[in-house]
Amino acid sequence: LFLRDIVDDDDDDDLERVSWSGEPVGSKCRSTLCLSLSALSDTGVKNYAPELRRPKAEYKDYSSDWSPKDTVRRMQRGKVCSLERFRSLQDKLVLLDEAVAGHDGNVITAVLIFLKRTLRREILFRELEVRQVALCHLIHFLKEAGEQKLLLDLLRFLDRTEEVALSQYREHLNIQDVEKRREFLKGCIGLPFSAEDTSHIQDHYTLLERQIIIEANDRHLETAGQSEVFRKYPRKASILNMPLVTTLFYSCFYHYTEAEGTFSSPTNLKKTFKIPDKQYVLTALAARAKLRAWDDVDALFTTKNWLGYTKKKAPIGFHRVVEILQRNNAPVQVLQEYVRLVEDVETRLNLATKYKCHDVVIETYKDLKDRIQLTAYKCKVERGSAEEEKINSILNNMQIRWKN
Amino acid sequence: EKMFTLKPGRLPQADVKNIIFFVRPKLELMDIITDNVLREDRGRSPQRDFHILFVPRRSLLCEQWLKEQGVLGSFIHREQYSLDLIPFDGDLLSMESESAFKECYLESDQTSLYHAAKGLMTLQALYGTIPQIFGKGECARHVANMMIRMKREFPGSQNSIFPVFDTLLLLDRNVDLLTPLATQLTYEGLIDEIYGIQNTYVKLPPEKFAPKKQGEGGKDLPTEPKKLQLNSAEELYAEIRDKNFNAVGSVLSKKAKIISAAFEERHHAKTVGEIKQFVSQLPHMQAARSSLANHTSIAELIKDITSEYSLNSLTNLNITRCETTWWTSFSLAKIASEDFFDNLTVEQEFMSGIDTDKVNNYIEDCIAQKHPLIKILRLVCLQSVCNSGLKQKVLDHYKREILQTYGYEHILTLNNLEKAGLLKPQTSGRNNYPTIRKTLRLWMDDVNEQNPNDISYVYSGYAPLSVRLAQLLARPGWRSIEEVLKMLPGPHFEERQQLPTGLQKKRQHGENRVTLVFFLGGVTYAEIAALRFLSQMEDGGTEYVIATTKLINGTSWIKSLMEKLEPAPF
Repeated sequence: LFLRDIVDDDDDDDLERVSWSGEPVGSKCRSTLCLSLSALSDTGVKNYAPELRRPKAEYKDYSSDWSPKDTVRRMQRGKVCSLERFRSLQDKLVLLDEAVAGHDGNVITAVLIFLKRTLRREILFRELEVRQVALCHLIHFLKEAGEQKLLLDLLRFLDRTEEVALSQYREHLNIQDVEKRREFLKGCIGLPFSAEDTSHIQDHYTLLERQIIIEANDRHLETAGQSEVFRKYPRKASILNMPLVTTLFYSCFYHYTEAEGTFSSPTNLKKTFKIPDKQYVLTALAARAKLRAWDDVDALFTTKNWLGYTKKKAPIGFHRVVEILQRNNAPVQVLQEYVRLVEDVETRLNLATKYKCHDVVIETYKDLKDRIQLTAYKCKVERGSAEEEKINSILNNMQIRWKN
Repeated sequence: EKMFTLKPGRLPQADVKNIIFFVRPKLELMDIITDNVLREDRGRSPQRDFHILFVPRRSLLCEQWLKEQGVLGSFIHREQYSLDLIPFDGDLLSMESESAFKECYLESDQTSLYHAAKGLMTLQALYGTIPQIFGKGECARHVANMMIRMKREFPGSQNSIFPVFDTLLLLDRNVDLLTPLATQLTYEGLIDEIYGIQNTYVKLPPEKFAPKKQGEGGKDLPTEPKKLQLNSAEELYAEIRDKNFNAVGSVLSKKAKIISAAFEERHHAKTVGEIKQFVSQLPHMQAARSSLANHTSIAELIKDITSEYSLNSLTNLNITRCETTWWTSFSLAKIASEDFFDNLTVEQEFMSGIDTDKVNNYIEDCIAQKHPLIKILRLVCLQSVCNSGLKQKVLDHYKREILQTYGYEHILTLNNLEKAGLLKPQTSGRNNYPTIRKTLRLWMDDVNEQNPNDISYVYSGYAPLSVRLAQLLARPGWRSIEEVLKMLPGPHFEERQQLPTGLQKKRQHGENRVTLVFFLGGVTYAEIAALRFLSQMEDGGTEYVIATTKLINGTSWIKSLMEKLEPAPF
């Protein structure tokens, strides 16, 4: 009964190609192991070759004599059992407990579906509260089946408030219409999230609200055709539902010069969402670099001290600035300015050499008093160029105390 | 007759009487089937009959779903095909249940554990009752309980087979959350990390696999990805799959010399007998050469991505085609490989316990540059696990940056990760990881990648915690690490199963014990390599067979825990 010899050739082929994605499984399937695995299914469960004309009696269970335990057993073996005869609450609970003890998720689900249908909600919830395994099964089932309302009622009953909040928040993903989604998110704000999460939800709502306004305005601007930046760089997609940083980039790209008062200005976004300096500078840099607005880039890093002198500062390392500028094909003169500001000497040299910022290389070797390297660098510059002259004049400078 | 992949839309034309849907009991698949059935032309002749086969078990939920869609009646037969454990290789079995970890640890749904128990019962029916069961973890406990109960309830399954397995070790994935998060550094592990191995097949970019001969009519480079099968039936692969990637180059180089020499033999063959012998070996040599070519190409591909890390292994290789490719691709792919190297450096810092309590600059930079979210999640989870949870301020900082950069909807995923214990606040104010790391010797400074003497070679320094537990169980036993075991989640236990008299095996002197290690929640190729390393150790005493609910890597694992969000509007 247990070990059946499967000799049919066709069946072999099926097994060789078994894989649940439909793709052939190439591994040398130990055929005996494979074959026997299928052979060792429970009695009563049909094999992969479905048989025709099984007696009807084996499908449906008409007998009224099966105890809860036996019913569960039969269900575990794949027989369809009618559960209607379990009328009293007591019987139903015994059935549920037997199902849970049997560990077969299918059977537990079947019983739960039956109880869901035939028990008053309060009673079902109350009984499940003290039956953890069954409870988890029901929650999983409700999630899978998309029975959102019942799921939320159950979670509320259990006082699993944060889960209620998150579960409800998840629903926003199913709302395509932007206005409706905004309304929905607004409703989510009062939900019992953790303190941190509450602020995120609030931000999500505020952001979408802003995006809707910006989108409407910008679409108008675009069609009017008056704004140069929109003409030169037509938008590829809408800003709706984009993350905050993406929105900031968009704002730095299309609305950089706007005053803080408007919804679409970058500074307004920074203030409203408390975007840290680092993130702000990086994003603004990326946007202005893309537009090749080198003056704006310059202004980002220039600060005036109380004497009126300007200084260059960055909340991110200048090597990062160089990276971003280079990725946007900044001209060497612009690049050079920032390579010069890289603090770490080795990094500075690497970048300067890599991007052919000759002046910076020359200056650095001069500062390092490294005559050998400076001489060697001559071959990297053009014959007769200003750079070559510069190198020569430095090399000839008697004042410098070379280290080598 | 023919097998097609399940897709929505009309069913392909095929002149058959019966159509069988062979599926896992997933609701999404039911929707596709419904679509297929509804679109079937009822007027066609001959009419086709529908049947459905669920693997491994029928699901009432699915059938209910089909009923609600109105198509349940279209199926003449609805059956199940009990395929629990699928052999992937001579020492590897997997249930390929992707959702097992999420179901067990996030949703407390133990259905997959039930299937695992069933699979184990089947194994015992074939290979004998396993006399000793050890376990660590809640799920392990459940599976053991179910096995014992099933044995009681089906006494007919008592058999008279000599037990092949001496021990069963059940391990919860959440006992070792660290290992899958780290980047695997074995040859097979790296292939999986970079390209993803599906059911022993891998799809690779085709450029390096173009035929060398130009005589093929000057064909363009192939555009279809190159599909290769990877298992131990291929000699060369069996030899290099579990090695640290840095040790692969010298093996390929030696092989190249051997194969060249073998082909040279034809010049030495003088007698008819010798020529005949040479010709008879030709197919094998050609297969070996083609295998070598494939793996040289794969190694090159991996090198392109990891080259700065594996700079030292460039020197040994003597295959001319490769050398030039490597140096040129080194400079071109510098950016990708720099990042691989930086990423690896941060991982190793965390695993060796350095700076796990602060916000990490590299991670921040990656978020700022909007690297793929899964990469970020792997790193922050790794930091959290190596710190027994992050300080609230650090956690909040990461969360804020992630939500602002990738979108607020990811709150749902972050919540899942917290529930799974991967990214959570430090509750007790105490970090247990250093103690665990020191006691179990998880971080080994002097690792030898070429000729390893310890399992830590699979991550170039980090010994997988799960495999260490297996190693220590064999020798000297878990009593020596009681304190540390208590720091890891879940109970640990031992059970004995009665063997019928006469079957009690006494191992001969020098004969190895066989232990089946079952990872509940997933296992990585690196862990498999580590266990194989233990198996082939001289005087190791134990050989290992590995079973699991799913073969995973950090990326696929984290992905299974992410909330399914709608695709971006772009």
